[in-house]
Amino acid sequence: MKFAILVTAGPQGHQAPDSALAFAKAVLSRGHELSRVFFYGEGVLNANRLAAPPSDERHPGRDWSRLAAEHGVELVICANAAIKRGIREVNLAPGFRISGLGQLTEAMVAADRFVTFGP
Amino acid sequence: MTHKKIVFVSRKAPYGTNAAAEMIEAVLVTAAFDQQVHLAFLDDGVFQLARAQTPEAIGHKPFAQNLTELGEYDIDHVWVERESLAERGLTEHDLMIAVSLVNRAAMAEVLAEADILMSL
Repeated sequence: MKFAILVTAGPQGHQAPDSALAFAKAVLSRGHELSRVFFYGEGVLNANRLAAPPSDERHPGRDWSRLAAEHGVELVICANAAIKRGIREVNLAPGFRISGLGQLTEAMVAADRFVTFGP
Repeated sequence: MTHKKIVFVSRKAPYGTNAAAEMIEAVLVTAAFDQQVHLAFLDDGVFQLARAQTPEAIGHKPFAQNLTELGEYDIDHVWVERESLAERGLTEHDLMIAVSLVNRAAMAEVLAEADILMSL
């Protein structure tokens, strides 16, 4: 089955990105396809390469980059939401790509299951 | 692109968080992709439709005005839950656009019939 995920919560203030990561890993481990993870609203803050939590604390941004590197999952952040929160190419974490909201529509329409993780 | 019925569920007040403003942005983009787009307003989401908002007073843009332009974007249906209005002392006369009023049970059916539920 083909899944798409939307994340609308930032990495520090909410559990949602962790839940989305756990869900994404479960999807892949069961042999399903994860076509795209789209980040909107505060969710774009997951792509901030400058975020540096203490080493013994959770770090969803880093975990997303790992997921992309290990499984080739496409991570797309909304350009409008990103620019107003100071996320640009210069501080974009590895594995993320900046694009338009149309990529969200495309992903949700193409997927068999579309799941949102937000505040 | 596949043609699907997408219901955007809005249950947050227009200000206080930017959920409502970002929802409308996503609605307008999705409508441009030739999808069957429905909006469902319930709970505090019904306040987004209230007439005579003056968000400039708290430094916000009047994004809800976009709702009056939905017709131009080929939005198929705007559903509003009757109980949510009543619980907040509103009637359909207080709303800035024409909507389809449905009771809670019928709203559940609207949501159940969607291919995709989008909630922000």
